[in-house]
Amino acid sequence: MTHATLRVHVDPDKCQGHNRCYSVSPDLFELDELGMSSEVGDGIVPAGLATQARLAVDNCPEHAISLTEAAATEAAATEAAAETEPAAEAEVRR
Amino acid sequence: MTDGHPPVGDFATDFDHTDPAWVADPYPIWDDLRQRCPVAHSDRYGGAWLPVTHDLVSEVAYDTEHFTSRTVVVSERRPGPDALPAPIGLSPPITSDPPYHGVIRRMLLPAFAPKPIAALEPFTRDLCRDLLAATEGRTSFDAAVEYTRHIPVQVIVRFLGFPLEDADLFRGFISLVLEQVDRPSDERDQMFTELDEYMDAQIADHIAHPRDDLTSFLIDAEIDGSKLPHEHIRGSMVLLMIAGIDTTWSAIGASLWHLAQHPGDRRRLAAEPGLMDTAVEELLRAYAPVTMARLVAKDFDFHGYPFKEGDWLLLPFPAANRDPAAFTDPGQVRLDRARNRHAAFGLGRHRCLGSNLARMELRVALEEWLARYPDFELSDPSAVTWSAGQVRGPRTLPVTIL
Repeated sequence: MTHATLRVHVDPDKCQGHNRCYSVSPDLFELDELGMSSEVGDGIVPAGLATQARLAVDNCPEHAISLTEAAATEAAATEAAAETEPAAEAEVRR
Repeated sequence: MTDGHPPVGDFATDFDHTDPAWVADPYPIWDDLRQRCPVAHSDRYGGAWLPVTHDLVSEVAYDTEHFTSRTVVVSERRPGPDALPAPIGLSPPITSDPPYHGVIRRMLLPAFAPKPIAALEPFTRDLCRDLLAATEGRTSFDAAVEYTRHIPVQVIVRFLGFPLEDADLFRGFISLVLEQVDRPSDERDQMFTELDEYMDAQIADHIAHPRDDLTSFLIDAEIDGSKLPHEHIRGSMVLLMIAGIDTTWSAIGASLWHLAQHPGDRRRLAAEPGLMDTAVEELLRAYAPVTMARLVAKDFDFHGYPFKEGDWLLLPFPAANRDPAAFTDPGQVRLDRARNRHAAFGLGRHRCLGSNLARMELRVALEEWLARYPDFELSDPSAVTWSAGQVRGPRTLPVTIL
């Protein structure tokens, strides 16, 4: 059974370092020395973290975060990784 | 307060952010203007504009071509194009424009990133506990005077490396800059001179005795291999002192003011610590303390309004946060509001440098207060007083512990 695999991306030209995405979802975002955010790795969202990813989008004051469906090949490649993180679901706050 | 200004008749054509009606409760005023204008005008302060929708506030915040940040506090002194040392401005980087703004901001950002700010949390928590311990045994006291106002001032004093006993002096300076904006400009000049002299003495002391604090950080900082000019260091210190104290004091106080009047919210927050993150953001949205300002940089037509070079523009992020076009039920405080793109720390390149610090202080101050006093109420709602000007928060907040 498959579901759409999502990819999250921070536009570095729009990010102003509000730090909301990192606060909502520290597994999906990381901060540089200046406090500016970027997606972790290739931005592929593990299955259990889709809610966190959407919250990050919905809380960015600068509209700097995009969430798109990843290409099918990338989805297949990361499916296994997503399977290994069922515990992450429990961390979704809402 | 408003010694010098006549009362406002119609806020659409004659607004004044020091008017008693605005100071007491600005939200109905902004709601009304949003329906009628949505850009109000006033001939006061030499001419000023006031957009009140989220869209228009955002548009101005992102537009550094038509608006300059050369000065960000509206007062009787309306600087002409050559009156301030653009593009740096008097208190960089808040008063700086691109491209210089980005250079000085990047230099400061690492000191305000989440990691160094987290290092200040234990100090802040101990401070809050000590302040609350001093209220032990009393059932009523002024939470603004005995709790909220001491927290940011002592954190900033520690951050800048000034003597702790100078905290009262700082509060006097802050009142001058932010609240006494309707005083004659020569009186303001005299008080600013005293403020500059204080900072000069601190800089000299830090040059003689370097230490691990923000003042020494600024003295040591280099841009393109050159140290910062003295006026730049001093301006940034004034900015950090003013911007870091009054604002957070206001946010903590307004949050306690809300919780004092909403038993359901305070009991829920005390019982569900996991709610604190969304609660802090929601309280920041609903009671955002800071209204910024810009100067119009050149004549142009802004959605049909004839903006002229040198006009003031108040940039009310708190009004943007109450716009029903941007937030569902904006007048309702929902501590679990999940979607919250509030603009309490501004939008665009001038996003509050100290937002991570302010959030940490607000969260810790509420956690420690609720741990000790989960149930409390206003002793006398009519006795609560609010600051005037561009930073809004309770300055008198008598509470009764239940």
